[in-house]
Amino acid sequence: MTSVLYDVPGPKARRISLIGSIVGVLVIGGLLALAIVTLAQQGIFQAQRWAIFGQADVWSLLFNGMSATLSAAAIAAVIAFPLGLLLCLMRISDIAWIRVPTRIVLEFLRGMPVVLMMLFVLLVFATSSFVAVVAGLVLYNSAIFAEIIRAGIQSLPKGQREAGLAIGLTSFQSRLSVELPQAIRRMLPSLVAQLVVLLKDTSLGYIVAYGELLRAVQVMADFLGPQFLFPVFFVAAAIYIAINLAVSRLAIWIERRGSKKAAGGVAKAPTAGVSTVVK
Amino acid sequence: MDVIIESLPQYWDGFLRTLFLAVVSGIIALVVGTLLAAARVSPVAALRGFSMAYVEVVRNTPLTIAFFFAAVVLPRLGVTFQQFEVAAIIALSAYTAAFIAEAVRSGVNSVPLGQAEAARSIGMTFGQVLSLIILPQALRTVVPPLINILIALVKNSSVAGAFFVLELFGYGKQLANDHGDAVMWVLVGVAFFYLLITVPLGYVAHQVERKVAIAR
Amino acid sequence: MKAFLTRRKSLLVAASAALALTLSACGGGGTGGGTNPSPVEKPSFAAGSTMEKLSSAGKVTIGTKFDQPLFGQKGLDGKPVGFDVEIGKLIAAKLGIAADKIEWVETVSANREQFIKQGKVDLIVATYTINDKRKAEVAFAGPYYEAGQALMVNKDNTSITKPEDVKGKNVCSVTGSTPASTIVEKYGAVLVPAATYSACLEPLRNKQVEAITTDNVILAGFVNKEPDAFKLASEETFTKEPYGIGVKKDDTEFRNWINDQLEGFAKDGSYKKAWEATAGAVIKTAPELPAIDRY
Repeated sequence: MTSVLYDVPGPKARRISLIGSIVGVLVIGGLLALAIVTLAQQGIFQAQRWAIFGQADVWSLLFNGMSATLSAAAIAAVIAFPLGLLLCLMRISDIAWIRVPTRIVLEFLRGMPVVLMMLFVLLVFATSSFVAVVAGLVLYNSAIFAEIIRAGIQSLPKGQREAGLAIGLTSFQSRLSVELPQAIRRMLPSLVAQLVVLLKDTSLGYIVAYGELLRAVQVMADFLGPQFLFPVFFVAAAIYIAINLAVSRLAIWIERRGSKKAAGGVAKAPTAGVSTVVK
Repeated sequence: MDVIIESLPQYWDGFLRTLFLAVVSGIIALVVGTLLAAARVSPVAALRGFSMAYVEVVRNTPLTIAFFFAAVVLPRLGVTFQQFEVAAIIALSAYTAAFIAEAVRSGVNSVPLGQAEAARSIGMTFGQVLSLIILPQALRTVVPPLINILIALVKNSSVAGAFFVLELFGYGKQLANDHGDAVMWVLVGVAFFYLLITVPLGYVAHQVERKVAIAR
Repeated sequence: MKAFLTRRKSLLVAASAALALTLSACGGGGTGGGTNPSPVEKPSFAAGSTMEKLSSAGKVTIGTKFDQPLFGQKGLDGKPVGFDVEIGKLIAAKLGIAADKIEWVETVSANREQFIKQGKVDLIVATYTINDKRKAEVAFAGPYYEAGQALMVNKDNTSITKPEDVKGKNVCSVTGSTPASTIVEKYGAVLVPAATYSACLEPLRNKQVEAITTDNVILAGFVNKEPDAFKLASEETFTKEPYGIGVKKDDTEFRNWINDQLEGFAKDGSYKKAWEATAGAVIKTAPELPAIDRY
């Protein structure tokens, strides 16, 4: 493959690259093999340890854990997005006594760990762990959404707002009907990337005793015995990665479809694959 | 309110440990992340593939799973550490490195093509192109996202509190249990110490972003 | 291999016996070792009392732990099992409410008082230690069991036999729990926090911590599962944790009624049966009901 960083590899470079690749594969493969052998020596691969996955109730517990994760994420997303919109409008409002306190609140919400907010809601408002997880996720992610949309609005050409004001719209109307739709479409990849982060953060519910997947797995391992820890953990990790990968792929697909529509725009929109808004 | 003042030693101890975790993990993650980014664009196919796979998998793994792996599963595999902080640092660095790799890669992509072409046309090798020309310029675009990643790292260190490291969040849970009547104040204290790190960092990121915007 | 499986199965049977749908015609303990106490037919209570309200509603909400082995632990079917759960069932039965009409809510250590104050649960049986600070917020019936904090060490450990021995050493416990605070504040240990008790086992096995501390029954459960690996540092407990049943602070009537029921359970053997069906798998001899504190 060609790249601007280096010449098209000639025969010698190809050979070196091939040797490098083989060595690399051997080293990584070797490490993996070592890990598997160590595990096998500890009896991880004994059939009886994995036999529990033949039991229906183990799978139903895993399923419950999964749906606990997904439902918390879905509800948090549905609440956080409109709330983020609202906070964004308040953040860029022309009225100072709305703008400044909102800015302070947003700084707070973005500066604290999500799990701290979950713990706060759990202990201070004495809610169930589900409400605490959703509340923590909503508080944090609405602040992030507000920032993303604000960045989107600020990246719009100034002419959009000026035109809106020129045809007699009020500042608020201009925001609503002219700027927001464009900003959201422009920032869609970042927004969806943040949704993936939201989904991952539901696993923090583990720390406030919410019955999401990892906790369900731990409870199962507690109940069944420590020798089942590795198999159930492995399956839980695999499920988590699979769900997240699926949502990420969905994000990239949405971005591809979106970029065909919103091909215009002066500045280049960020891609979902690169998350500049981070967790 | 008095609760916070009484417990200041614990808050401080936790704060220092959080800072320690964040700084050490941050440095390791920066190094590993940059290496991963370099591997991603290198001519060696295996390195490219490994880097892509690593970043893809880690970015889709929740941090608690990464911690669980480092603190609970690794010891089962025979890899134990005398200090629990080591497991926490491994988990945090491995996790953050993937995000840093992505940020550096996007920074590298943002450098105008002409720079690399010019460098190659005067005969520089891949290593020289990357280290002398591309990376220094990429750094400018990359610094604000990097700082955001580091802010996230500080916040992520709170997960260590559930995995054997008594840092700020862990202390917060302990103090909240000890002072059941003043839980809100206890947690406000914890939040304060986190904000002590994240707000200045955020400010710095903002300033750098503005400087960068002007410089182009 | 086969023996190990059988022991696992028998523990599961003992633990889930309480949930076993043994249709035993006679009240009190079931024949299969499970307890499914038959509800009292048409109980009558003073008008306007909590007992009357719950009884006529036909259901009760009980808060318990979902992650404490032997006392309140969520089983594979999502329902908790354990000694606390059994006590709750016995009380519900005296209210005329069957075990399957109980709604179990998970209460964690930190929110127990709030749940009672806000009426989210009718009573709490959740390894709830009675102390004066809590008495300011809720009222306690009981105590129905006296636990104590203890230390668990590796089988070959000879240096730790009493709590003073842990000074300066790594001790693992659950973050935000009372045993964790005690071992640090009173005995100067270095706390290694974990999310659950079972998470502490690996560090102990790997000698990264020297002891695990929590209530003696939970530790006994771990020792029982792996007697070749662990042991209790000593048979004695170094704190007294009287477990009580939490109810609304001003509901003296309900509290006194529960106290009466507890004494009744001790007399008619259902207390003993409840123990044997759950924690008895680990600690064979059922304890005596402690002296009820009527304050």
